[in-house]
Amino acid sequence: MSIANLAPSSESEIAELVTSETERVHIAGGQSRLIATEKKIISTSALNGIVEYEPGALTMVAKAGTPLSLIKETLQKERQQLAFEPPEFQHILMLPGNSTIGGVFATNASGSRRIQVGAARDHLLGVRFVDGLGRIIKNGGRVMKNVTGYDLVKLLAGSWGTLGLITEVSFKVLPIAETQLTLKLNLCDARILTTAINTPYDISGTFYDAGLRSAYIRVEGFDESVKYRVQQLLAEFSDFEIDILNMEQSKKFWKNVNNLDFLKNITGDLWRISVKPTDGIKIIEILDPKVGFLDWCGGLVWIRIDEGCDVRGKIQKLAGHAMCLLGGFDQFHPSSVIEKKLSASIRNKFDPKMLFNQEILN
Amino acid sequence: MYLTDPNPNILAKKMELVDKLLSFLPSDAVIYDPRETLAYECDALSAYRCPPMVAVLPRTTEEVANIVKLCWELDVPVVPRGSGTSLAGGALPTGDSLVLGVARMNETLEVDYSNRLMRVQTGRTNLSVTGEVESDGFFYAPDPSSQLACAISGNIAMNSGGAHCLKYGVTSNNLLGVKMVTMQGEILDLGGAQLDASGYDLLGVICGSEGQLGIVTEATLRILRKPEGALPVLIGYNDSEVAGQCVSDIIKAGVLPVAIEFMDRPCIRATDAFSQAGYPDCEALLIIEVEGSELEIEEQLAKIIVIANKHNPVELRRAKNTDEANRIWLGRKSAFGAMGQINDYMCLDGTIPVSKLPFVLKRISEMSKEFGLDVGNVFHAGDGNMHPLILYDANKPGDLEVCEAFGAEILKLCVEVGGCLTGEHGVGIEKRDLMHIQYSADDLEAQMSIKDVFDPKWLLNPTKVFPLDASVKRREGASQETAA
Repeated sequence: MSIANLAPSSESEIAELVTSETERVHIAGGQSRLIATEKKIISTSALNGIVEYEPGALTMVAKAGTPLSLIKETLQKERQQLAFEPPEFQHILMLPGNSTIGGVFATNASGSRRIQVGAARDHLLGVRFVDGLGRIIKNGGRVMKNVTGYDLVKLLAGSWGTLGLITEVSFKVLPIAETQLTLKLNLCDARILTTAINTPYDISGTFYDAGLRSAYIRVEGFDESVKYRVQQLLAEFSDFEIDILNMEQSKKFWKNVNNLDFLKNITGDLWRISVKPTDGIKIIEILDPKVGFLDWCGGLVWIRIDEGCDVRGKIQKLAGHAMCLLGGFDQFHPSSVIEKKLSASIRNKFDPKMLFNQEILN
Repeated sequence: MYLTDPNPNILAKKMELVDKLLSFLPSDAVIYDPRETLAYECDALSAYRCPPMVAVLPRTTEEVANIVKLCWELDVPVVPRGSGTSLAGGALPTGDSLVLGVARMNETLEVDYSNRLMRVQTGRTNLSVTGEVESDGFFYAPDPSSQLACAISGNIAMNSGGAHCLKYGVTSNNLLGVKMVTMQGEILDLGGAQLDASGYDLLGVICGSEGQLGIVTEATLRILRKPEGALPVLIGYNDSEVAGQCVSDIIKAGVLPVAIEFMDRPCIRATDAFSQAGYPDCEALLIIEVEGSELEIEEQLAKIIVIANKHNPVELRRAKNTDEANRIWLGRKSAFGAMGQINDYMCLDGTIPVSKLPFVLKRISEMSKEFGLDVGNVFHAGDGNMHPLILYDANKPGDLEVCEAFGAEILKLCVEVGGCLTGEHGVGIEKRDLMHIQYSADDLEAQMSIKDVFDPKWLLNPTKVFPLDASVKRREGASQETAA
């Protein structure tokens, strides 16, 4: 099968393409999450560049195809960052691509700091996109507070390119903390995560290794403040054996978490399960996977499990959803009947010809 | 502002509607005597008034579902109402509408500290939510100025913010789930205790949809552990541009205060006269608050003070304890009341990029002379959310119209410099006809198509948010069906 690769460089070009298009197309960002399954690809590679960056206003505007790496480097120079720590999936999925900023928001990809600062969708301030009718649409803006009209920004975040091709995003950025330390609690219960987040010490990451029964708790901020909070936490958890990861060790640990390295070199299907935080450990108990880890205070479960195991069937009593990243199951969790009906109607309004990413969320 | 005329075909069905409502609701929950429906004639945009045909006060989600089903069958428009504190006319009825008030739905359904959430019926006031968990050291972060009175339902409808959203975000960042009733009477749960959606983020779309997509009866809210303490510093400058630069420098230095409030001279004078807060008489006043333990507060304030001093403030006053903190906040918190004592006022809500602040303040003061109306500015400087308060005399014929024209010019300016019409109050009726300034026809069409999905007959709060000329076909489509 030959793949036609289109790389339009402007919204009007995309609109023209879409208007005349009758065949299904696959929208490709950096190809770090999905491999194109359609014959025709519209790539965002020519929509590249930072449009505006105001460090004093904590906002940036960038074209959708801008590599995540460029965004991070540019922010780093001003000691700022994407606080929601978008995870990079290409390593674990063994894909050659690299994330783009448009892809990050289109998939609502959020990392460990989600519990402190919110998800990608909480940082997205504005979008421009071309829908399946070739309409060029904008919503939101580049200011932090904006309730003018409906919030289609949230709708587009996590829509996986099924409502339109996102051409430009504006988003909130935050300062990089002066320092960070991580406490490693050995041989503890997963409940430690919720105990930690409910202290007043502004925890910015929690991670639990269900096999080794060790918990990781990250504290970030100004130097004195981090030292103080670590002391308070040591007192709080004085019943446990605790190791302290210094700044370098801590950074390295959370980068590994961000790249999902802890799931590497283990065979079996790969699942990502999103549930009520206190249900996270129950999921691992029910499924008894080869390996199981908790992020987001327990609300995000990562497992590798025997191939073909019907994870969704086994945990359906618990509210939430399971995404199959590697394995023979549909990647996306089926939604409830009424949500499905509403979502299909919305999709039909924006892409009645079902041109975009037809196989996704369908 | 043009208020739509009631549809006589709908008015003719009033008693049929009332009889059917009384068949499943207690008599004290159905208000239809014209003397009593007057209580629902306006919200906090009190310049506009129109009593509804009927008002109902259900107690359960099932009652809400039965009410809207009935309205759907009879083609009666429904205006949802929380506490009626909207500054944008979000709860203003039309003469042919049914007001559905959720004030009697104020139960706490669940408090779950382990998962940092609580579930409430949406008639609960904002402050009472925090009140419920405060003794255990928790709070609900969004804190609109009206928090003593405003309901969670309205907070969700308008995606309300507050003074502390620089750190904690607005309602949509603190809302985990809703139970809602669609206009066809279907009961739908969106979101929940988990942290993300499996498909489209419908919860994110509902929040801020101004009661046009469904009636939210229950909400799952994020609650957070309270920080150990908080203290503000007050800084006065003789130049608003310098004050703006100071804010930008603080943010660039990596300090993220929980609140950065800004007042200009007219506002400082009015609030000081009103509250004797002891503010300096200067061009620009900043109140910057940080949180944490004593040591952490000390560390952050020290950094802020170093930066502030580089810009030569006329006054810099650090609160050392809660009493001093309260004194610093006293004037800011009474700003609206203080301005209201001088005259009637209209409160605007546009947001601008922080860097455009000095230019926008200068233009507002020039326009104030052109229009002949005084204006005071108080706003959330960290996020660029302005609140110009335009003073006018409601008893003077023509003054309101001049005030509205002035307000529209300010909002146009906000959009021109890269901002938006409303940062936290919502569009309502107040700004619906200005939406063309910010959005193209396609942008508005995209938003209205969402309403088509949730409310195909356009019966829910139909005359709000969108310019009347943009929504007319959809709204008339509904009333033509009524006529037929």
